[in-house]
Amino acid sequence: MTYRFDFSWIGDYLPVLLKGVGITVELILVGALLGVALGTLCAWVRALGPLWLRPVVGAYVELIRNTPFLIQLFFIFFGLPSLGVQMSELQAANLAMIVNLGAYSCEIVRAGIQATPRGQFEAGASLGMSPVQTFWHVVLVPSLQRIWPALSSQIVIVMLGSAAVSQIAAEDLTFAANFIQSRNFRAFEAYLVSTVIYLVLAILLRQMLRGAGAVLFPRRRAAR
Amino acid sequence: MKRRQFIALAAAGGLALLAAGPACADALADIESAKTIRIAVPQDFPPFGSVGADMKPAGYDVDMANLIGEKLGVKVELVPVTSANRIPYLQTNKVDLVISSLGKNPDREKVIDFSDAYAPFFNGVFGPDDITAEKPEDLAGKTIGVTRGAVEDLELTKIAPPSAEIKRYEDNNGTISAFLSGQVELVATGNVVAAAILAKNPPKKPNVKFLIKNSPCYIGLNKNEPVLLEKVNTIIAEAKKSGELNAIARKWLGADLPAEF
Repeated sequence: MTYRFDFSWIGDYLPVLLKGVGITVELILVGALLGVALGTLCAWVRALGPLWLRPVVGAYVELIRNTPFLIQLFFIFFGLPSLGVQMSELQAANLAMIVNLGAYSCEIVRAGIQATPRGQFEAGASLGMSPVQTFWHVVLVPSLQRIWPALSSQIVIVMLGSAAVSQIAAEDLTFAANFIQSRNFRAFEAYLVSTVIYLVLAILLRQMLRGAGAVLFPRRRAAR
Repeated sequence: MKRRQFIALAAAGGLALLAAGPACADALADIESAKTIRIAVPQDFPPFGSVGADMKPAGYDVDMANLIGEKLGVKVELVPVTSANRIPYLQTNKVDLVISSLGKNPDREKVIDFSDAYAPFFNGVFGPDDITAEKPEDLAGKTIGVTRGAVEDLELTKIAPPSAEIKRYEDNNGTISAFLSGQVELVATGNVVAAAILAKNPPKKPNVKFLIKNSPCYIGLNKNEPVLLEKVNTIIAEAKKSGELNAIARKWLGADLPAEF
């Protein structure tokens, strides 16, 4: 191999890289929290909610899960202004990630809810719990515990997919890498550095989610 | 004389003739006696030159070539070229003129001559009429869309005040979409790209605010052709005065020739 690596630019572009990392982290934190909240709500509707609302949520889930994230992002950023809905690129990126993760996590959480044996609902009722108490303590928390690994994976996938937001000039980590290589033409180095940062971010995120799982679901038993 | 020697000699003689040919001839006299002028035009660079639906080349450069043929009273033979081979075509005497959105630079000036400018080509800041921006300082507090890594991105990054927000998009289409959907107030791009937006007759019209980098197009011709050069310059000057050149600019670039042109 005759390629000569040159990383002397890192000092100059460190602020750009750090800003990119900050925005990627912000996007995934907001996206994961609100996206999973939205997904859980949708899962409740699809599994147990009012009958008239189920097809509405079903349509949302199928629409989002069967179209590319990039198109959803362009629709929100370039399309909605025609209807008078103007958003900054960061708001559009956040919204797209919430809506996207909402649809995927809906199906994951719903799987957990529907895996709850019918008898557990009846057991909750027979203990004198209200339907809300039953849903929370008997259905939702054990469901989340069951599907936590799958949900964690989906969150990491969405974090990596956030690279697409650079296309609407949101200045995330991918934007930083593109920006740097368009200035100094060290494409190999710029993408190498961003690859390493994404890898570290993804590993950290997985560890955080694993830790969060251990805190949120302390009664976790061995899988049966 | 052995046959091999004869061939070598003949070949050398032929080469010498070829090399001497363009240098000593008067190209204008040749054109007039042949009643044909051969002009290199682009075929893949709208709006300067592209092949239309009728398979005929059309564009600013093609109209300019026809104008020159008309003024000289000779038939025009259009020779499609790419940006890489347009100067070699001229140097090897395959064409008499290159009208192919050719910009001037010192390296090119070493090998060919240039006429006066015949077409505007510049990077600038464009925006709707209700925004005033006459110089880089006026961009303070405004959002400007550019295509990342393009010349105008690099230049604007240097000259724009810190409070100006530069939004960098992946390609020209992203920049155009951002402008048309109101995500940015102004765009920095080439006059050709702005013309492409104007051609779609959008609600927000990108009119020129100020120039970032000006590199107009020139007609290229071989060195040591003072008669042809002068004739071409006269035609350009007259076409500017008569408004014929402005009509071509309006037709293909959607805007009048710049005042300083």
